[in-house]
Amino acid sequence: MRYLPHTQADVARMLEAIGVGSIEELFSSIPSRLRLTRELDLPPALDEATLLGHLQELGSKNRTHLAFLGAGIHHHPAPASVDMLLSRAEFYTAYTPYQPEISQGTLQAIFEFQTIVAELFGLDVANASMYDGASACAEAVLMARRLTGRGRVVLARGLHPEYREVCAAYLRGAELGEESRAEAPWLPSGSCDLAALDRLLADDIACVVVQSPNFFGVLEDLDAIAKLAHSRGALAVAVVCEPAAMALARAPGEAGFDLAVGEGLGFCGHTSLGGPGVGLLAARAEHVRALPGRLVGETVDADGQRGYVLTLATREQHIRRERATSNICTNQGLMALAFTIHMCMLGRHGLTRLARINLARAEYARRLLGRLPGYALRFDGPMFNELTLRVPGGSASRCVEALGERGVLPGVPLSRFPSLAVDLGDTLLIGITEAHRKADIDRLASALAEYRG
Amino acid sequence: MMRHREKLIFEHGSPGRTGASLPPAEVPEAEPADVWPANVRRGTEPRLPEVSEVEVTRHFTRLSQWNFFIDAGLYPLGSCTMKYNPKINERVARLAEFASIHPYRPQAEMQGSLEVMWRLERALCEIGGFERVTLQPAAGAHGELCGLMLIVAYHRDRGRRPSKVLIPDSAHGTNPASVSLNHLKVVTLPTGEDGLLHADTVRAACDDDVAALMLTNPSTLGLFEENVAEIAEIVHARGGLVYMDGANFNALMGKLRPGETGVDVMHFNLHKTFTTPHGGGGPGSGPVGVRQALVPFLPTPTVEREGERFRLEFNRPKSVGRLRSFYGNFGMHVRAYTYIREMGAAGLTRATELAVLNANYLRARLKDTYHLPYDRLCMHEVVLSDKTLKRDTGVQTLDVAKRLMDHGFHPPTIYFPLVVPGALMIEPTETETPETLDEFVAAMRSIADEARRDPERVKSAPHEVGMRRLDEARAARNPKLRWRPQGESEG
Repeated sequence: MRYLPHTQADVARMLEAIGVGSIEELFSSIPSRLRLTRELDLPPALDEATLLGHLQELGSKNRTHLAFLGAGIHHHPAPASVDMLLSRAEFYTAYTPYQPEISQGTLQAIFEFQTIVAELFGLDVANASMYDGASACAEAVLMARRLTGRGRVVLARGLHPEYREVCAAYLRGAELGEESRAEAPWLPSGSCDLAALDRLLADDIACVVVQSPNFFGVLEDLDAIAKLAHSRGALAVAVVCEPAAMALARAPGEAGFDLAVGEGLGFCGHTSLGGPGVGLLAARAEHVRALPGRLVGETVDADGQRGYVLTLATREQHIRRERATSNICTNQGLMALAFTIHMCMLGRHGLTRLARINLARAEYARRLLGRLPGYALRFDGPMFNELTLRVPGGSASRCVEALGERGVLPGVPLSRFPSLAVDLGDTLLIGITEAHRKADIDRLASALAEYRG
Repeated sequence: MMRHREKLIFEHGSPGRTGASLPPAEVPEAEPADVWPANVRRGTEPRLPEVSEVEVTRHFTRLSQWNFFIDAGLYPLGSCTMKYNPKINERVARLAEFASIHPYRPQAEMQGSLEVMWRLERALCEIGGFERVTLQPAAGAHGELCGLMLIVAYHRDRGRRPSKVLIPDSAHGTNPASVSLNHLKVVTLPTGEDGLLHADTVRAACDDDVAALMLTNPSTLGLFEENVAEIAEIVHARGGLVYMDGANFNALMGKLRPGETGVDVMHFNLHKTFTTPHGGGGPGSGPVGVRQALVPFLPTPTVEREGERFRLEFNRPKSVGRLRSFYGNFGMHVRAYTYIREMGAAGLTRATELAVLNANYLRARLKDTYHLPYDRLCMHEVVLSDKTLKRDTGVQTLDVAKRLMDHGFHPPTIYFPLVVPGALMIEPTETETPETLDEFVAAMRSIADEARRDPERVKSAPHEVGMRRLDEARAARNPKLRWRPQGESEG
């Protein structure tokens, strides 16, 4: 057993030092009636070559042909350098930097991550990361409830349906029933109905949660939403599932939002069935002590040398226990690092250029697909990276099946989300990034053109 | 090794420089001003670094050299199970067939990934003695949140609304915090003089308003809670459930199945017991196992097998819903599955045996030098304290921890569990050789010896890691949590 170094002689020597006769004796504190008396029933152990073959065989049961998928994860291929750096054992075999003197690499990288996230969202501070965008969103909602002392929340229906489900589960945990949430509908443009939002903003609303670009790729009028929320004493929480948009689109902080959360998985290199990703969470400086999760701050060592430490820990569970701001402990450190490295590689100009390529390609696709006979764009608001297309025949999932036979996965059929199936069962959500070349988009258009419903 | 003082990435570079490699647009450019109204456009672009790929590579390589990490040496953080992270796991997780799958591909196109999840669930069910396991939680604390939601849902389904959760004083801080997130009240139970939770204590605290008891087993003192079955009976008799924090499950594989000892719900930590890397603080993965009665409440979706096909089941009317997007940290699932297949049943059992052997060996060899609050056989970790050392020399646990760095070791977990003042919580794990443990013992003894001869040398450690002790109070007093260009205020 290559990970277990002990020889028989080692074991004998150690048992003698301990003063027991057998390994079995070490387990004598477990009452015998609780002991497992048989061997575990697991498949046999495998050598490395056989093991790799087994996993390769399992992997071969997946299929990876041309696909136009966004819906919360827009894959921006990472340069090889990101995974090479991430594969350094110095990073991936370290743990939470509890001992700062020998963890400066991790700590400084988190400090840089916090800066990048704050810059992207146009806000003052960000934490060291959350599990994913959806749980970050739910934690932001709980944070808004603590800050305002109010119980209910308004979610835009343009918020990712899975994010709405996660908020619901977290709020149920907080002993609030279905009445804890109200949902603001969308307009024909695909953006949030501000008049409806206005009507929902009662004086017990802790926050308004709006995604932009929203689940349909439509950009929201964040300034108007923040103003509306603040006029009723509620906080404004922005959700950004596509950080690339932040190069060109209105940043939550610019628009006066109090909190912003997001998902960084699209920049981490691997989509990996949706996890691990990295939850982003940023806030105005005045809310820093209400933040959940870890924070890294700058300080100096005994020689006055600049260094970094985990800080403001009195918010956290290991100090404050049941009065902590959250139960979160481990964050998504390695994914936050991947996100940071990729953002640094792109840099200020690269991210803007990437966003403009995305905008141009999606705009090209919008014009091309919008003209297809039998198809129609579902929403016509300003969009980024994503478009919604009504398919002929009324069933987006049937369209996906038919095109799958031609080796093209045209998008996500919105019928797969129970909360959208009734209104949007005929609609495909099509994600486009710099990973889709013009030829890919043309191929999508011709495949769709041949599908008649 | 040469190490460089490394500036922030924002302090590198030059305006106009980039490390990006991007394709040509290939289609007509679209000006934001032409396709978007002014109210959705950004004013000033985010101030990301302006650096080449070479600068970024060198920067993060240099940063990495300031880290201590498992591959460099013993990292005996108690309760964290810093065992070796197998390299084959990393290769497998990066296979393009797994790594490139978008979660919204049709299920027919992700059969391999679903089969990995199904196989991992079956293995964890067998190892823990549970009916089903959800792989959705992203970390141990997320698993606790999930498990408590299941417990609340179970009670409500029976028309009950008990409000209390019993937690021993030796518990991880995540336990009470998870209870609060579920709007339940924490009742803290004292452990006995032997460090264990006693049936009488539970009996006295238990009434019909108890939703659950949360128990870490082995406890954070490294001791097996031998009264677990009797405690479970007491809780069950009042309608409550038993939650086991599986953070220390590395002590039990193949020896005991919690599901058979009265435990109703338990989270596993794949990043502890099943070798997925700790990554500098995540990603973790915290699957939750349950007994039959709690299966209806598991999060959506579950992975089901039908003949040779696998599918996601979303239609679960009693489910607590969803705790995160998509299906969990699949990248960790595939690593944990790979580890389980590498080890097999005998290998996992042996890992547990050697983890317990290593901890007891350290206990036996250090107890004459450091105070041992509970002088009995331990499980996978041993808790020492600075009681005698501090009395004799003024040197405290923090000083010992910092001085260990100069000897080339990561310090153990310190000042936890709270029930032992000045605790040093040491978990060597099974992947360490006895020679390494001997070197660690020598270092610990040498520090105790030095504390008597030259206490100031220990109190001012570390001396040889390139960084002196950091001023944590200053960081908290005047938080600087991000870089800003010179002259800009803190917002």
